[in-house]
Amino acid sequence: MSNELAIHGQGETMVSHDAHHEHDLHHHKQSFITKYVFSQDHKTICKQFLITGIIWAMIGGLMSVIFRLQLGYPDSTFPWLEDILGKWAKGGKLTPEAYYALVTMHGTILVFFVLTGGLSGTFANFLIPLQIGARDMASPFLNMLSYWFFWLGSVVLLSSLFIETGPASGGWTIYPPLSALGDANLGSQAGMDFWIVGMALFVISSLLGGLNYITTILNMRTKGMSMTRLPLTIWALLFTAILGVLSFPVLLSGLILLMFDRHFGTSFFLSDIFITATQTALPNEGGSPILFQHLFWFLGHPEVYIIILPAMGLVSEVMAINARKPIFGYMAMVGSLFAITILAFLVWAHHMFVTGLNPFLGSVFVLLTLLIAVPSAIKVFNWLTTLWRGNLRFTPGMLFAIGFVSIFISGGLTGIFIGNSTLDIHLHDTYFMIAHFHLVMGVAAFFGMFCGVYHWFPKMFGRYMNNTMAYIHFWVTLAGAYLIFWPMHYEGLAGMPRRYMDYSGWSSFNKFAGLNQFITDVALIVFAVQLMFVFNFFYSIFKGRKVTTKNPWGANTLEWTTPIRPGHGNWVGEIPEVYRWAYDYGKDGKDFIPQTEPLGADEQHH
Amino acid sequence: MSTIFLIAILLLGFVITFQIAKASEYVGILKGEKKNLEQNNRINGFLMIVFLVLGLIGVYWCNELFRGRILGEAASDHGKKIDTMLYITIAITGVVFFITQILLFWFSFKYQYSEKRKGYYFPHNNKLELIWTVVPAIALTVLVGFGLMYWFQITGEAPKNAMEVEVTGKQFNWIFRYPGKDNIFGKKYYKNISDKDNNTLGLLWDDEHAHDDIVVQNTMYLIVGQPVKFIINSRDVIHDVGMVAFRMKMDAVPGTPTTIWFTPLYTTAEMKKKTGDPDFEYEISCDQMCGKGHFSMRGEIQVVTPEEFILWRARQQSNYALVMKDKMPAAPAPAADSAAKARMNSTPKLVAEVK
Repeated sequence: MSNELAIHGQGETMVSHDAHHEHDLHHHKQSFITKYVFSQDHKTICKQFLITGIIWAMIGGLMSVIFRLQLGYPDSTFPWLEDILGKWAKGGKLTPEAYYALVTMHGTILVFFVLTGGLSGTFANFLIPLQIGARDMASPFLNMLSYWFFWLGSVVLLSSLFIETGPASGGWTIYPPLSALGDANLGSQAGMDFWIVGMALFVISSLLGGLNYITTILNMRTKGMSMTRLPLTIWALLFTAILGVLSFPVLLSGLILLMFDRHFGTSFFLSDIFITATQTALPNEGGSPILFQHLFWFLGHPEVYIIILPAMGLVSEVMAINARKPIFGYMAMVGSLFAITILAFLVWAHHMFVTGLNPFLGSVFVLLTLLIAVPSAIKVFNWLTTLWRGNLRFTPGMLFAIGFVSIFISGGLTGIFIGNSTLDIHLHDTYFMIAHFHLVMGVAAFFGMFCGVYHWFPKMFGRYMNNTMAYIHFWVTLAGAYLIFWPMHYEGLAGMPRRYMDYSGWSSFNKFAGLNQFITDVALIVFAVQLMFVFNFFYSIFKGRKVTTKNPWGANTLEWTTPIRPGHGNWVGEIPEVYRWAYDYGKDGKDFIPQTEPLGADEQHH
Repeated sequence: MSTIFLIAILLLGFVITFQIAKASEYVGILKGEKKNLEQNNRINGFLMIVFLVLGLIGVYWCNELFRGRILGEAASDHGKKIDTMLYITIAITGVVFFITQILLFWFSFKYQYSEKRKGYYFPHNNKLELIWTVVPAIALTVLVGFGLMYWFQITGEAPKNAMEVEVTGKQFNWIFRYPGKDNIFGKKYYKNISDKDNNTLGLLWDDEHAHDDIVVQNTMYLIVGQPVKFIINSRDVIHDVGMVAFRMKMDAVPGTPTTIWFTPLYTTAEMKKKTGDPDFEYEISCDQMCGKGHFSMRGEIQVVTPEEFILWRARQQSNYALVMKDKMPAAPAPAADSAAKARMNSTPKLVAEVK
């Protein structure tokens, strides 16, 4: 519908909207269902992704709070846990099965359903058409399907929490044989099937979305919007989509083989197995569990860039706007995004240094892995130079952009430790690893997401979020992130393994009981503050301060030339034409020059 | 009851925060947007520098607090190399960490909004960009160079005189096998495994080499100063032989044996003295998620002097002897005992043999 509408339907959608017009005056029929549920408007789909992502983040976050309680207070009981978890927490103490189910689902939910679906889904949908000057995605229908496959995957995964044998519990990496053998692991019974089906639906959603994003960016840019005039957000989202399209199918193939091993007696990943619990030897011979790890990490590693690239894009954009000066080294930023994208496909086996991988092969992966630090360093120095001699406005979005850089540095540098196979021997699967990836792709990506939400909230909902709550949110989260994850590096250096529910039986690891308790306490506070953010978000949708000007941040990009509450089709009348790049801030004494402003007679072309 | 109190306090705190937040929003509107922005900006700019200072103090304090609790002395030759590599990496990344973090928060503070200043139009500078492409590249080359040098030393061939021990992980403990007197591991097949018949590894009794193989659970004995090579297997899912004190780690993969080697440098008794911890033990932790008992899959390594090792080994009966004893009670048992005694009497000769 909306493509025709975009092309022919100007008379219908282009009724003027301004701050006082609460309701879009669409002439064509838009029922509640087509407007808010099965909507093909990219802005509505964005909000659907965002709100679903927020719900998932609360569920995934709550899970971490519950297992952090176990880690911090291994000798205590929490009767309320039995009230909500029933047999999984008899007497208020988590069972090992429940603990591992929580850990597994926390990882799965946050990596895929929040930081991939929630982050990419939200901002690719929102920003791509608005910033390149298109009325909607190339295929709004596929775009709608992308959300609803995501939703369906979410429902399947969520329902696995309620089945008799519990959800998947073999870790988010679901390594077989553990994930293939229901007799070896309770969560590998029905829960694992739900996990695979849920993820398959998620992959479909991601592919539909990704293909759409790429097509839209390449084909539907407005007049004058050459690739080198694109804001960095769009570049980042383009590379993200390419990564997703090329790597998710590999995961899906691995999952299908795993499904075959589970139910149809094949031996892709299984060999020489004797199950202690049932005292039976399985007939499977000749398979290799390591094959699965290759398939998994061929997605799994690009996946971390799928998570962090959009955050980098959002941060670059918001930082330039609020520093009132151009992003430093635009082409270097694009180039480093490109380099990261290429290298992302060439480093997967650094997750497998201690699997018995050929040491020579390992050394190749060490080299390629540490190479990624170069484009990452370029980005960090470019951000620092963007701040240098700027005129910084600390809007909530800007604060989270600065926080992002800090967290990204801290988490990125530890990547140099574990990417080096020699150190990985000692640090593999310890808390050092936990600290590393939580900072660099967990917290950093969340900071990018918060940065984006605070910055574009006025465009999404025509209102502002509350600043005071945003400031509290930022400072507590930044300090909390360091208080939680910084000490974990020390635990990791001491070799403390991850995925243990109790360390008291270990003379090597039981010296950190006090620290574990401290980390849990901070995690509780940080979680509470995130709930405040969620409250601020939903409250502000309805009651926030209204936006009264089209371009409240003084930004150059096209989304701020649309009406305050844009209808389906985004622009009233013609789509604006673009004459310059997106970063003319502080040029020739002017505070900012929007992309739609033609070059002056004596103005230098960037 | 206390839970309800806690929730009530939390809710109250939240309501208060919310009221303050709303009130300040109204005040902001009354004051005018510009003045409000300037005030908020000053507060946040100040907090930037506060965060930097507190953060640096915190890093120092955290180091002091955990000094001595993180990396005890590495107890293997490989471990020493890994520790050296670790310190090289900490030095290089540490410098970068402090420079970039200080610049980040210092710039944020220094260049906060002021009516007098305008953002400096500085879109790019090839020289600068070249510098921060080349310098990190050089630093990383150094790290890759050292890293791979140690990596190849650690993963290279085990020395000829290395003792071989087979390590097998299962849900949820460890099984160790020594090749016995003939120094050859007997054949095994996983379908032969039977915990009930005490054949935990599925040894094939048709193979004579299997007859003297010693199989023990949970505690392994190694000789100080002698290289040891582990041949690592799994009986069910993927496990990982993690040995913190030796800084070693290797997955146990069903169907695909893996290997590592290292030389333990100190006996358990020496380590108890070195660490000042009478409870010190060399522990094997499972470092790859393996099911509900993952966190309790503990093994122990006793590193002992050659003499002690001979004594220990002499006391062990081969898996074959134990199985046969179960099947035909009384007969072979005394023989094995007396054989052990005989061996204990000729300890010096056996030390030579083991070495």
